[in-house]
Amino acid sequence: MSAAPVLNPFSLFFASIFTSNILLANFLGMCSFISISKDGKSSNGLGFAVTVVLGITSAVNWAVLHFVLIPLQLEYLRYIVFIITIAATVQILEMIIDRVSQALYMSLGIFLPLITVNCAILGVSLFIDIRAYTFVQSVIYGVGSGLGWWLAIAALSAIRKKTDKSPVPAGLKGPGITMITIGFMAMAFMGFSGMLQVQ
Amino acid sequence: MSAVGTILKENLWTNNPIFMQVLGICSALAVTNLLTNTMVMTIGVTFVTAMSSLTVSLIRQFVPRKVRMIVQTLIIAFYVIIVDILLKAYAPDISRQLGPYVGLIITNCIIMGRLEAFAQSNPPLLSTWDGMTAGFGYMAVLLVIAFVRELLGFGSLFGVRIMPSGFVPWTIMVTAPSAFFLLGIIIWVGKTIMNREGAPA
Repeated sequence: MSAAPVLNPFSLFFASIFTSNILLANFLGMCSFISISKDGKSSNGLGFAVTVVLGITSAVNWAVLHFVLIPLQLEYLRYIVFIITIAATVQILEMIIDRVSQALYMSLGIFLPLITVNCAILGVSLFIDIRAYTFVQSVIYGVGSGLGWWLAIAALSAIRKKTDKSPVPAGLKGPGITMITIGFMAMAFMGFSGMLQVQ
Repeated sequence: MSAVGTILKENLWTNNPIFMQVLGICSALAVTNLLTNTMVMTIGVTFVTAMSSLTVSLIRQFVPRKVRMIVQTLIIAFYVIIVDILLKAYAPDISRQLGPYVGLIITNCIIMGRLEAFAQSNPPLLSTWDGMTAGFGYMAVLLVIAFVRELLGFGSLFGVRIMPSGFVPWTIMVTAPSAFFLLGIIIWVGKTIMNREGAPA
Protein backbone atom coordinates (compact mmCIF):
# COMPACT_ATOMS: atom_id res chain seq x y z
CA MET A 1 0.00 0.00 0.00
CA SER A 2 2.90 2.34 0.63
CA ALA A 3 4.58 1.94 -2.75
CA ALA A 4 3.77 4.58 -5.34
CA PRO A 5 1.23 3.00 -7.66
CA VAL A 6 1.74 3.55 -11.35
CA LEU A 7 -1.74 4.34 -12.54
CA ASN A 8 -3.10 5.94 -15.58
CA PRO A 9 -5.24 8.92 -14.64
CA PHE A 10 -8.38 7.57 -16.29
CA SER A 11 -8.44 4.29 -14.46
CA LEU A 12 -7.75 6.09 -11.20
CA PHE A 13 -10.64 8.45 -11.89
CA PHE A 14 -13.13 5.68 -12.62
CA ALA A 15 -11.81 3.48 -9.86
CA SER A 16 -12.38 6.22 -7.30
CA ILE A 17 -15.95 6.69 -8.49
CA PHE A 18 -17.00 3.08 -8.89
CA THR A 19 -14.78 0.25 -7.74
CA SER A 20 -13.29 1.83 -4.65
CA ASN A 21 -16.10 4.24 -3.89
CA ILE A 22 -15.05 6.30 -0.90
CA LEU A 23 -18.36 5.66 0.81
CA LEU A 24 -19.32 2.13 -0.10
CA ALA A 25 -15.87 0.55 0.00
CA ASN A 26 -14.07 2.72 2.54
CA PHE A 27 -17.04 3.75 4.69
CA LEU A 28 -16.04 7.40 4.78
CA GLY A 29 -18.49 10.25 5.20
CA MET A 30 -21.24 8.12 6.69
CA CYS A 31 -22.57 10.52 9.30
CA SER A 32 -23.80 13.24 6.99
CA PHE A 33 -24.61 10.60 4.39
CA ILE A 34 -27.28 9.08 6.60
CA SER A 35 -28.75 12.26 8.00
CA ILE A 36 -28.86 14.26 4.75
CA SER A 37 -30.00 11.50 2.38
CA LYS A 38 -33.57 11.89 3.68
CA ASP A 39 -34.00 14.69 1.19
CA GLY A 40 -33.15 14.54 -2.50
CA LYS A 41 -32.45 18.21 -3.05
CA SER A 42 -30.11 18.61 -0.11
CA SER A 43 -28.35 15.40 -1.15
CA ASN A 44 -27.45 16.89 -4.50
CA GLY A 45 -26.36 20.15 -2.88
CA LEU A 46 -24.14 18.39 -0.39
CA GLY A 47 -22.79 16.03 -3.04
CA PHE A 48 -21.74 18.98 -5.18
CA ALA A 49 -20.21 20.78 -2.21
CA VAL A 50 -18.24 17.69 -1.18
CA THR A 51 -16.90 17.27 -4.73
CA VAL A 52 -15.72 20.89 -4.89
CA VAL A 53 -14.14 20.83 -1.44
CA LEU A 54 -12.46 17.47 -2.08
CA GLY A 55 -10.96 18.75 -5.33
CA ILE A 56 -9.48 21.77 -3.59
CA THR A 57 -8.37 20.20 -0.32
CA SER A 58 -6.69 17.24 -1.99
CA ALA A 59 -4.54 19.68 -3.97
CA VAL A 60 -3.85 21.94 -0.98
CA ASN A 61 -3.08 19.12 1.40
CA TRP A 62 -0.77 17.47 -1.14
CA ALA A 63 1.13 20.73 -1.46
CA VAL A 64 1.28 21.26 2.30
CA LEU A 65 2.48 17.71 2.83
CA HIS A 66 5.21 17.82 0.21
CA PHE A 67 6.42 21.41 0.54
CA VAL A 68 6.04 22.00 4.27
CA LEU A 69 5.64 18.88 6.39
CA ILE A 70 8.07 16.50 4.71
CA PRO A 71 10.97 19.00 4.30
CA LEU A 72 10.58 20.05 7.93
CA GLN A 73 10.12 16.43 9.09
CA LEU A 74 6.88 17.29 10.79
CA GLU A 75 4.82 14.44 9.31
CA TYR A 76 3.50 13.46 12.73
CA LEU A 77 1.65 16.78 12.81
CA ARG A 78 -0.25 15.95 9.64
CA TYR A 79 -3.60 15.26 11.31
CA ILE A 80 -3.70 18.68 12.91
CA VAL A 81 -2.40 20.43 9.81
CA PHE A 82 -4.80 18.64 7.47
CA ILE A 83 -7.81 19.45 9.58
CA ILE A 84 -6.80 23.09 9.79
CA THR A 85 -6.29 23.32 6.02
CA ILE A 86 -9.69 21.76 5.47
CA ALA A 87 -11.39 24.12 7.91
CA ALA A 88 -9.63 27.11 6.34
CA THR A 89 -10.46 26.04 2.79
CA VAL A 90 -14.10 25.60 3.65
CA GLN A 91 -14.19 28.98 5.36
CA ILE A 92 -12.56 30.77 2.41
CA LEU A 93 -14.79 28.98 -0.07
CA GLU A 94 -17.82 30.06 1.92
CA MET A 95 -16.73 33.72 1.81
CA ILE A 96 -15.98 33.60 -1.92
CA ILE A 97 -19.30 32.02 -2.78
CA ASP A 98 -21.09 34.54 -0.59
CA ARG A 99 -19.46 37.38 -2.55
CA VAL A 100 -19.74 35.93 -6.04
CA SER A 101 -23.14 34.37 -6.19
CA GLN A 102 -25.99 34.77 -3.73
CA ALA A 103 -28.01 32.04 -5.43
CA LEU A 104 -25.19 29.53 -5.13
CA TYR A 105 -24.60 30.59 -1.53
CA MET A 106 -28.23 29.92 -0.69
CA SER A 107 -28.10 26.41 -2.11
CA LEU A 108 -24.57 25.48 -1.05
CA GLY A 109 -23.82 27.69 1.96
CA ILE A 110 -25.63 25.68 4.60
CA PHE A 111 -23.73 22.54 3.69
CA LEU A 112 -20.24 23.97 3.90
CA PRO A 113 -19.88 23.96 7.70
CA LEU A 114 -21.01 20.32 7.73
CA ILE A 115 -18.18 19.42 5.41
CA THR A 116 -15.39 20.29 7.83
CA VAL A 117 -16.37 17.34 9.99
CA ASN A 118 -17.07 15.02 7.08
CA CYS A 119 -14.60 12.19 7.43
CA ALA A 120 -14.49 11.65 3.66
CA ILE A 121 -12.49 14.86 3.26
CA LEU A 122 -9.87 14.04 5.87
CA GLY A 123 -9.89 10.42 4.74
CA VAL A 124 -9.02 11.31 1.16
CA SER A 125 -6.13 13.48 2.33
CA LEU A 126 -4.83 10.65 4.50
CA PHE A 127 -5.14 8.12 1.66
CA ILE A 128 -3.19 10.49 -0.58
CA ASP A 129 -0.44 10.48 2.02
CA ILE A 130 -0.49 6.71 2.64
CA ARG A 131 -0.61 5.73 -1.03
CA ALA A 132 2.00 8.37 -1.96
CA TYR A 133 0.06 9.79 -4.90
CA THR A 134 1.60 12.42 -7.17
CA PHE A 135 -0.01 15.84 -7.45
CA VAL A 136 -2.07 15.00 -10.54
CA GLN A 137 -3.12 11.66 -9.10
CA SER A 138 -4.17 13.38 -5.87
CA VAL A 139 -6.44 15.86 -7.59
CA ILE A 140 -7.96 13.19 -9.81
CA TYR A 141 -8.47 10.93 -6.83
CA GLY A 142 -10.02 13.79 -4.85
CA VAL A 143 -12.47 14.83 -7.54
CA GLY A 144 -13.29 11.22 -8.42
CA SER A 145 -14.01 10.37 -4.78
CA GLY A 146 -16.24 13.42 -4.52
CA LEU A 147 -18.20 12.37 -7.59
CA GLY A 148 -18.47 8.83 -6.23
CA TRP A 149 -19.81 10.17 -2.94
CA TRP A 150 -22.27 12.37 -4.82
CA LEU A 151 -23.46 9.43 -6.92
CA ALA A 152 -23.95 7.30 -3.81
CA ILE A 153 -25.90 9.92 -1.84
CA ALA A 154 -28.10 10.80 -4.84
CA ALA A 155 -28.91 7.14 -5.40
CA LEU A 156 -29.59 6.50 -1.72
CA SER A 157 -31.90 9.49 -1.34
CA ALA A 158 -33.94 8.24 -4.29
CA ILE A 159 -34.20 4.77 -2.75
CA ARG A 160 -35.12 6.20 0.64
CA LYS A 161 -38.03 8.04 -0.91
CA LYS A 162 -39.43 4.62 -1.76
CA THR A 163 -38.60 2.86 1.50
CA ASP A 164 -40.26 5.64 3.49
CA LYS A 165 -43.58 4.51 2.10
CA SER A 166 -42.94 0.79 2.48
CA PRO A 167 -44.22 -1.28 5.41
CA VAL A 168 -40.97 -1.66 7.36
CA PRO A 169 -40.97 -3.34 10.82
CA ALA A 170 -41.05 -0.70 13.57
CA GLY A 171 -37.58 -1.42 14.96
CA LEU A 172 -36.01 -1.32 11.52
CA LYS A 173 -37.44 2.06 10.52
CA GLY A 174 -35.04 4.95 9.92
CA PRO A 175 -31.35 4.14 10.28
CA GLY A 176 -31.84 0.36 10.35
CA ILE A 177 -33.38 -0.03 6.92
CA THR A 178 -31.03 2.62 5.58
CA MET A 179 -28.01 0.56 6.62
CA ILE A 180 -29.42 -2.50 4.89
CA THR A 181 -30.16 -0.48 1.74
CA ILE A 182 -26.58 0.80 1.75
CA GLY A 183 -25.45 -2.80 2.11
CA PHE A 184 -27.24 -3.74 -1.10
CA MET A 185 -25.82 -0.68 -2.86
CA ALA A 186 -22.34 -1.67 -1.75
CA MET A 187 -22.92 -5.15 -3.19
CA ALA A 188 -24.03 -3.63 -6.48
CA PHE A 189 -20.93 -1.44 -6.61
CA MET A 190 -18.76 -4.46 -5.90
CA GLY A 191 -19.96 -5.73 -9.26
CA PHE A 192 -17.87 -3.02 -10.86
CA SER A 193 -14.70 -4.28 -9.29
CA GLY A 194 -14.18 -6.86 -12.02
CA MET A 195 -13.63 -4.03 -14.52
CA LEU A 196 -10.77 -2.29 -12.78
CA GLN A 197 -8.25 -3.25 -10.16
CA VAL A 198 -6.62 -0.49 -8.20
CA GLN A 199 -4.62 -0.88 -4.95
CA MET B 1 -29.75 6.02 40.59
CA SER B 2 -26.61 8.06 41.05
CA ALA B 3 -25.29 10.23 38.24
CA VAL B 4 -22.43 7.81 37.63
CA GLY B 5 -24.77 4.86 37.15
CA THR B 6 -27.18 6.82 34.98
CA ILE B 7 -24.39 7.91 32.66
CA LEU B 8 -23.16 4.33 32.34
CA LYS B 9 -26.61 3.02 31.47
CA GLU B 10 -27.31 5.83 29.01
CA ASN B 11 -24.06 5.49 27.11
CA LEU B 12 -24.09 1.72 27.00
CA TRP B 13 -27.72 1.18 26.24
CA THR B 14 -30.52 3.76 26.07
CA ASN B 15 -28.41 6.36 24.31
CA ASN B 16 -25.75 4.14 22.74
CA PRO B 17 -23.67 6.22 20.32
CA ILE B 18 -23.86 3.65 17.53
CA PHE B 19 -27.30 2.17 17.42
CA MET B 20 -29.36 4.94 18.99
CA GLN B 21 -27.62 8.04 17.71
CA VAL B 22 -26.00 6.46 14.63
CA LEU B 23 -22.81 8.44 15.17
CA GLY B 24 -19.25 7.58 14.37
CA ILE B 25 -20.03 4.67 12.12
CA CYS B 26 -17.35 5.37 9.51
CA SER B 27 -14.72 3.65 11.57
CA ALA B 28 -17.24 1.26 13.09
CA LEU B 29 -17.65 -0.39 9.72
CA ALA B 30 -14.13 -0.16 8.38
CA VAL B 31 -12.15 -1.80 11.15
CA THR B 32 -14.48 -4.61 12.15
CA ASN B 33 -13.24 -7.45 9.93
CA LEU B 34 -10.75 -8.64 12.57
CA LEU B 35 -11.31 -8.72 16.33
CA THR B 36 -7.77 -7.69 17.22
CA ASN B 37 -7.92 -4.56 15.06
CA THR B 38 -11.33 -3.70 16.47
CA MET B 39 -10.08 -4.07 20.02
CA VAL B 40 -7.11 -1.77 19.40
CA MET B 41 -9.22 0.78 17.54
CA THR B 42 -11.95 0.94 20.18
CA ILE B 43 -9.44 1.25 23.01
CA GLY B 44 -7.94 4.16 21.08
CA VAL B 45 -11.32 5.81 20.65
CA THR B 46 -12.20 5.30 24.31
CA PHE B 47 -8.89 6.83 25.38
CA VAL B 48 -9.32 9.84 23.09
CA THR B 49 -12.94 10.42 24.12
CA ALA B 50 -12.19 10.18 27.83
CA MET B 51 -9.08 12.36 27.73
CA SER B 52 -10.55 15.05 25.50
CA SER B 53 -13.68 15.15 27.66
CA LEU B 54 -11.44 15.69 30.67
CA THR B 55 -9.43 18.42 28.95
CA VAL B 56 -12.42 20.25 27.53
CA SER B 57 -14.15 20.11 30.88
CA LEU B 58 -11.07 21.48 32.68
CA ILE B 59 -10.69 24.47 30.38
CA ARG B 60 -14.37 25.08 29.69
CA GLN B 61 -14.46 28.34 31.62
CA PHE B 62 -11.53 29.85 29.74
CA VAL B 63 -12.49 29.13 26.15
CA PRO B 64 -14.65 31.74 24.40
CA ARG B 65 -17.75 30.16 22.87
CA LYS B 66 -16.88 31.39 19.40
CA VAL B 67 -13.66 29.43 19.05
CA ARG B 68 -14.68 26.35 21.03
CA MET B 69 -15.11 24.14 17.97
CA ILE B 70 -11.58 24.67 16.73
CA VAL B 71 -10.19 24.31 20.25
CA GLN B 72 -12.03 21.02 20.68
CA THR B 73 -10.80 19.76 17.32
CA LEU B 74 -7.21 20.59 18.25
CA ILE B 75 -7.55 18.84 21.61
CA ILE B 76 -8.92 15.74 19.89
CA ALA B 77 -6.18 15.84 17.26
CA PHE B 78 -3.57 16.08 20.02
CA TYR B 79 -4.73 12.86 21.66
CA VAL B 80 -5.17 11.10 18.33
CA ILE B 81 -1.55 11.85 17.47
CA ILE B 82 -0.50 10.28 20.78
CA VAL B 83 -2.49 7.14 19.96
CA ASP B 84 -1.07 7.05 16.44
CA ILE B 85 2.54 7.37 17.59
CA LEU B 86 2.08 4.72 20.29
CA LEU B 87 0.55 2.32 17.77
CA LYS B 88 3.33 2.90 15.26
CA ALA B 89 5.92 2.19 17.92
CA TYR B 90 4.39 -0.82 19.68
CA ALA B 91 2.05 -2.40 17.13
CA PRO B 92 3.32 -1.46 13.66
CA ASP B 93 1.38 -4.27 11.95
CA ILE B 94 -1.96 -3.22 13.36
CA SER B 95 -1.13 0.42 12.69
CA ARG B 96 -0.55 -0.41 9.04
CA GLN B 97 -3.79 -2.36 8.76
CA LEU B 98 -5.83 0.36 10.38
CA GLY B 99 -4.28 2.81 7.92
CA PRO B 100 -6.06 6.15 7.80
CA TYR B 101 -8.76 5.13 10.27
CA VAL B 102 -6.65 6.01 13.29
CA GLY B 103 -6.34 9.57 11.99
CA LEU B 104 -10.03 9.58 11.27
CA ILE B 105 -10.79 9.30 14.98
CA ILE B 106 -10.50 13.10 14.81
CA THR B 107 -13.64 13.38 12.74
CA ASN B 108 -15.46 10.69 14.69
CA CYS B 109 -18.70 12.42 15.58
CA ILE B 110 -19.06 10.53 18.89
CA ILE B 111 -16.18 12.46 20.43
CA MET B 112 -17.32 15.87 19.23
CA GLY B 113 -20.86 14.95 20.25
CA ARG B 114 -19.89 14.05 23.83
CA LEU B 115 -17.76 17.18 24.15
CA GLU B 116 -20.58 19.43 23.01
CA ALA B 117 -23.37 17.64 24.83
CA PHE B 118 -21.66 16.81 28.09
CA ALA B 119 -18.11 17.93 28.80
CA GLN B 120 -18.91 21.55 27.90
CA SER B 121 -21.19 21.91 30.89
CA ASN B 122 -20.09 19.34 33.47
CA PRO B 123 -17.26 18.91 36.02
CA PRO B 124 -14.04 17.15 34.92
CA LEU B 125 -14.33 13.75 36.61
CA LEU B 126 -17.91 13.19 35.54
CA SER B 127 -17.01 14.24 32.00
CA THR B 128 -14.15 11.77 31.87
CA TRP B 129 -16.49 9.04 33.02
CA ASP B 130 -19.03 10.08 30.38
CA GLY B 131 -16.42 10.03 27.64
CA MET B 132 -15.14 6.67 28.79
CA THR B 133 -18.55 5.03 28.89
CA ALA B 134 -19.43 6.45 25.47
CA GLY B 135 -16.27 4.72 24.29
CA PHE B 136 -17.41 1.48 25.94
CA GLY B 137 -20.77 1.71 24.21
CA TYR B 138 -18.97 2.08 20.91
CA MET B 139 -16.65 -0.78 21.80
CA ALA B 140 -19.51 -3.15 22.71
CA VAL B 141 -21.28 -2.77 19.36
CA LEU B 142 -18.08 -2.97 17.34
CA LEU B 143 -16.93 -6.12 19.09
CA VAL B 144 -20.23 -7.82 18.30
CA ILE B 145 -19.90 -6.92 14.61
CA ALA B 146 -16.25 -7.95 14.53
CA PHE B 147 -17.03 -11.24 16.30
CA VAL B 148 -19.52 -12.24 13.61
CA ARG B 149 -17.40 -10.99 10.72
CA GLU B 150 -14.19 -12.68 11.80
CA LEU B 151 -15.91 -15.92 12.81
CA LEU B 152 -17.78 -16.31 9.54
CA GLY B 153 -15.33 -14.55 7.24
CA PHE B 154 -12.09 -16.20 8.40
CA GLY B 155 -13.31 -18.98 10.71
CA SER B 156 -11.19 -17.58 13.53
CA LEU B 157 -11.37 -15.37 16.62
CA PHE B 158 -8.50 -13.02 17.52
CA GLY B 159 -6.55 -14.72 14.74
CA VAL B 160 -6.96 -18.21 16.28
CA ARG B 161 -8.73 -20.67 14.03
CA ILE B 162 -11.67 -22.24 15.84
CA MET B 163 -14.02 -23.43 13.13
CA PRO B 164 -13.67 -27.09 11.98
CA SER B 165 -11.49 -27.62 8.92
CA GLY B 166 -14.52 -28.37 6.72
CA PHE B 167 -15.81 -24.83 7.27
CA VAL B 168 -15.94 -22.72 4.12
CA PRO B 169 -15.38 -19.02 4.96
CA TRP B 170 -18.12 -16.63 3.84
CA THR B 171 -16.41 -14.29 1.44
CA ILE B 172 -19.15 -11.69 1.88
CA MET B 173 -18.22 -11.26 5.56
CA VAL B 174 -14.78 -9.97 4.63
CA THR B 175 -16.12 -7.35 2.24
CA ALA B 176 -17.87 -4.04 2.82
CA PRO B 177 -21.57 -4.93 2.42
CA SER B 178 -21.63 -7.37 5.34
CA ALA B 179 -20.68 -4.55 7.71
CA PHE B 180 -23.70 -2.57 6.59
CA PHE B 181 -26.02 -5.56 6.95
CA LEU B 182 -24.75 -6.47 10.40
CA LEU B 183 -25.02 -2.91 11.67
CA GLY B 184 -28.55 -2.70 10.24
CA ILE B 185 -29.49 -5.89 12.06
CA ILE B 186 -27.95 -4.70 15.33
CA ILE B 187 -29.86 -1.43 15.10
CA TRP B 188 -33.00 -3.44 14.41
CA VAL B 189 -32.55 -5.76 17.40
CA GLY B 190 -31.60 -2.91 19.72
CA LYS B 191 -34.55 -0.75 18.77
CA THR B 192 -37.02 -3.60 18.93
CA ILE B 193 -35.97 -4.51 22.47
CA MET B 194 -36.12 -0.89 23.45
CA ASN B 195 -39.58 -0.42 21.97
CA ARG B 196 -40.75 -3.42 23.95
CA GLU B 197 -39.38 -1.95 27.17
CA GLY B 198 -41.39 1.13 26.34
CA ALA B 199 -38.41 3.41 26.80
CA PRO B 200 -38.83 6.81 25.14
CA ALA B 201 -36.66 6.48 22.05
